[in-house]
Amino acid sequence: MNRQRLSQWWFVGTLVAALLSMLVPLPGVLEPFKPYWPALVLLYWSLEAEDRVNLGLAFGVGLCADLLNGVLLGEQALRLCALVFIALRFRSRLRFFPMWQQALAVLALLLNDRILLLIVRMLAGASLPPASWWISPFVGAALWPFLFLLLDDLRARLRIQ
Amino acid sequence: MARARDESSPLFAGNAAGTLRLIIYLALAMVLMVLDQRNGWLWRLRSAASAVVEPVYRLAGLPAASVRTLSVAFADRQHLTSDNQRLREDLLLANAKLNRMAAVAAQNQHLKELLDTQHSLGLNVQLARVIGVDLGAYRYRLTLNMGSRDGVRAGQPVIDAHGVMGQVIEVLPHTAVVMLITDPSHAIPVTIARTGLRTVAYGSRDGDELSLPNLPLAADIRVGDNLLTSGIGGRFPPGFPVGRIDNVAPAATGMFQVALARPAAEIDRSTDVLLLHDQAEPEGPPAPASPAGPSTSSGPAAAASLVSPPGKPSIDSGAPR
Repeated sequence: MNRQRLSQWWFVGTLVAALLSMLVPLPGVLEPFKPYWPALVLLYWSLEAEDRVNLGLAFGVGLCADLLNGVLLGEQALRLCALVFIALRFRSRLRFFPMWQQALAVLALLLNDRILLLIVRMLAGASLPPASWWISPFVGAALWPFLFLLLDDLRARLRIQ
Repeated sequence: MARARDESSPLFAGNAAGTLRLIIYLALAMVLMVLDQRNGWLWRLRSAASAVVEPVYRLAGLPAASVRTLSVAFADRQHLTSDNQRLREDLLLANAKLNRMAAVAAQNQHLKELLDTQHSLGLNVQLARVIGVDLGAYRYRLTLNMGSRDGVRAGQPVIDAHGVMGQVIEVLPHTAVVMLITDPSHAIPVTIARTGLRTVAYGSRDGDELSLPNLPLAADIRVGDNLLTSGIGGRFPPGFPVGRIDNVAPAATGMFQVALARPAAEIDRSTDVLLLHDQAEPEGPPAPASPAGPSTSSGPAAAASLVSPPGKPSIDSGAPR
């Protein structure tokens, strides 16, 4: 019972930490390298704990992120829903990929996410972002193996599901 | 959805995320976005949720603040000494300039009084700190640690020691969001200090420059010219430095010149900014209300104050006969 509650808190805690690190600014030079943390953490949980992650959760996390970011209500909700949907669809395959293939799949998912964002912003009337805007998905994919192993290791140490 | 959820078959994943549900959620998100774009719901929601949002901002701003504190704590002695020396020299220079300016300011005040206008050289400002939060919108926004409780209002100009930074666009109880002048959707009316040419400076796509896209081909403009706020439009007070021209070229159409300017303010380095309290005096275009009312010059003052609408105090009523 206690263990279950702990694992629930751990789950929520990682999501909140992802939202917070989305808000933390980096020094100007590193700014375009910042990965989209909520997407990475949601991806991890949708691969590892399918019963917890569904589209409703992705929508809720996205709405919270929109509320914090203050850009456009529903923008990140849409992106995270699409991301989690694809991840859950191909979950059984993604799980058995070797790590480098998984990272490539994450790269594809994050690039798709950026394209969605671009479409939304274009429709909202924003101008084209600079080329450095496209670096972030690659950084996210490069960080994916480390994030995955770290979260897995922590979960094993805490002996939670 | 027709299919029931069966947890026992992980190989047939996808029943937890049915296509129908995806479509419903996507449609919901799109409806939200359209409604938000039209009505600005997000900001009402945000000010309602400010009790949650603002502590999160402070929390997210902690790393940046602690890095700043650490850099002060570990800065070596020599660095601090040279910094101190430089600041002393700056202060001395500024004081000397101020002393010289005081006489000019007094003279200016006197002349202004003679002209019966209310321009003042004094500044009514409020110091605010930047909270280090990344708002994601291509980094053209800043968050300040003052809000409506501290008297901040939307539309207030924000400056730093070197020039104009932007304007407040949204206010929460304890924080405010500033749109920078380099935001692509921002425009600021400027004059070129050397020639007095009036134009408009827009933000640019890369976010660290200003662009002046429609200068006449015959306009006299050179690299190194300083831009000042012109005060037209009534949002920014006149005479504040905005930037310095660093590139002039003919436009692709050949009908205009395009200039790029580097902002005078330290847009991405300032940690303390000033909020201007007195808005600019409306210069240039006349106030929209005055010509609409009964003519104040021709008719007798008593009649004008009777006819004028009750919401707006009549201009004549306060004037001595």
